[in-house]
Amino acid sequence: MIDLLWLAIALPLAGAVFLHFFGRFMREPLAGWLATLAIGASFAVGAVAAVPFFAGTGETEHLVIWEWMPAIGATFELQWDPLSALMTLVVTGVGTLIHIFAIGYMHGDERFHRFFTYLNLFAASMLTLVLAGNYAMLFVGWELVGLCSFLLIGFWYTRPSASAAARKAFIVNRIGDLGMLIALMLIFTTIGTLAFTGVLDRAGSELTGGGATAIALLFLVGAAGKSAQVPLYVWLPDAMEGPTPVSALIHAATMVTAGVYLVARSASIYAETAFAAGAVAVIGAITAIWAASIAIAQRDIKKVLAYSTVSQLGYMFMTVGASAYVAGIFHLMTHAFFKALLFLGAGSVIHAMSDEQDMYKMGGLARRMPVTATTMGIATLAIAGLPPLSGFWSKDEILGSLFERGGMYGALWLVGLITALMTAFYMARQWVLVFWGKPRWDEGTEPHESPRVMTIPLIVLAVLSIFAGLVNTPFRYALEHFLEPAFEGIRQAHPPEGWAMFALMAGLSTLAAAAGVAAGWLAYNRPPEVWRRFQESFGRLWTAWENAYWVDDLYGAVVVAPGRRLAEFSAFQFDAKVVDGAVNGVGALVYRLGSALRVLQTGYVRNYGAGFAAGLLVVAIWLVMRGLS
Amino acid sequence: MTDWYMLLAAALFAIGAMGILVRRNALVMFMCVELMLNAVNLTLVSAGRALETLDGQLATFFVLVVAAAEVVIGLAIIVAIFRYRETASVDELSELKG
Repeated sequence: MIDLLWLAIALPLAGAVFLHFFGRFMREPLAGWLATLAIGASFAVGAVAAVPFFAGTGETEHLVIWEWMPAIGATFELQWDPLSALMTLVVTGVGTLIHIFAIGYMHGDERFHRFFTYLNLFAASMLTLVLAGNYAMLFVGWELVGLCSFLLIGFWYTRPSASAAARKAFIVNRIGDLGMLIALMLIFTTIGTLAFTGVLDRAGSELTGGGATAIALLFLVGAAGKSAQVPLYVWLPDAMEGPTPVSALIHAATMVTAGVYLVARSASIYAETAFAAGAVAVIGAITAIWAASIAIAQRDIKKVLAYSTVSQLGYMFMTVGASAYVAGIFHLMTHAFFKALLFLGAGSVIHAMSDEQDMYKMGGLARRMPVTATTMGIATLAIAGLPPLSGFWSKDEILGSLFERGGMYGALWLVGLITALMTAFYMARQWVLVFWGKPRWDEGTEPHESPRVMTIPLIVLAVLSIFAGLVNTPFRYALEHFLEPAFEGIRQAHPPEGWAMFALMAGLSTLAAAAGVAAGWLAYNRPPEVWRRFQESFGRLWTAWENAYWVDDLYGAVVVAPGRRLAEFSAFQFDAKVVDGAVNGVGALVYRLGSALRVLQTGYVRNYGAGFAAGLLVVAIWLVMRGLS
Repeated sequence: MTDWYMLLAAALFAIGAMGILVRRNALVMFMCVELMLNAVNLTLVSAGRALETLDGQLATFFVLVVAAAEVVIGLAIIVAIFRYRETASVDELSELKG
């Protein structure tokens, strides 16, 4: 079966190519269903290929598709192990549901088929990333998903804000990608190959100390760009300019988790360098609490989810930095389900409210759209971390692992707990503002439940959000067992053992979650004047949160403005005056020389004849003179 | 003795060259060219005579033959231009000037 694994990438790629050329000749839903079929088939291929891992008999396998640059270990080689299998299933599984949802969401868009072209291209790129058997191919996928992200954020490119957001995402990612590229060069000069097997086996023998630290830190730069960590997170909130299914698929469930995947994949490098691993964890913790505090004060329904995503990605970084890889991947998976659900639910709401995204103008939608309200409610409780929903189990394992490691990670545990409280609060705030209370809609808005093509993916994701946590509970660590072959021989952090400790940990995080949800409910299940006063009571702190700590303005002043001035100087001073001056100067010189010489060209034959005769005479005289002397 | 022939040839050549430079009528310029050619012929013949070889006369025959061919083409061109332009003045032939 492994021999056919290439189909997992080829099917969505073929879908993208086909839709690119022939999509425009198709009636609207057909293009969408075709794309869904492509990625659904890809999911089927992945599921069948993963059967041995589920049965516990699977081994890591490699499939070379094409010898690209064999000298540096950069072939088109697929690596099939439990980690890539899990990522493949999450990407294609969640991807299929989002494709179906998008058929309803993108209804009536004049570039309907183009949207699905990009979605399929993204799926193929993301699968290239997670199935890669070496860092070079991973980097190819890494760049391709960045491209797809750019194309899809700027999908409605006629809106200036959308094209600006697309550029911002691309440029910020570029900064991270440079770190990634340098890391690859360092790996190659140190070890002489980029293949996972070659590099990761030799971490600890040929790759140690400073070299490992440098590579691990450069990976962190790349991962921070792609996974929106401090200080490179600023592109993700803006990326919400893209259509909502894109936010769900790329900017919540899959692409942004690539950084977590990279760190987990490079686990044996991070095992060599406590410093870099600690840096990953600290960056993650800062991101988690920083973004969570911003999410509290947002009014745009998608911005809340965007900052929430940044915060949850910080959670995952914190976890993999603490070398609790299984917990990190576990949270990656559960987060993919409930965050995709939240975004799709938000899309359903935006769809119903005729593109209104301001939560202050919503309220009372539960009566009009019961399915969306229920499923989003489930996702809200799941991300808040209330048992027995999926978020509870993954978050609990994260917090337990951090606590068990102690030391600096003990402090990070506290950060994680506070973040969990904030998460529960802002998610409850969002749900209440959108679905509960009295309607605050603009005149003439008539919200309605979305069509079934949109609600069915919501229901499926809701079921997953409820039950997905059961794959890895203290009662049965099935996911840990499943992932074992991928993390063989790597020391991992685990939650504390014993039921008393589990009860304590679970009790604390449940308490935090319940307190957050209750606070959100109590604060916002009131008339607008009351909760507005509540918000104002925070004073300037609320303003800071609402404006995301003015980080965009800071970057604008410190990075963008000087860059713009440099560009303007280059364009209007240096280029216009020095470069163009030199070119125009040469031209003017030749022109003037030409005008001076053109008087010699009279066009009269006899003038030329006279010149010819005079020349002849001179030569003749010279010959005669020479003959005489 | 040869000097006089040479001087005559030089004079004829100079007259021909001068005619080329100062006249505008293509036909007259053409005749001047012929004059110069014949001046050269005269030089060749007299030099051959002085050196008591036949080389000079041999070369002259070649010149005569080539000149005859040249006259045929040249006159044809001039007649064609005259028919087309109603003039044979070289100064008015300026189509190729940039």
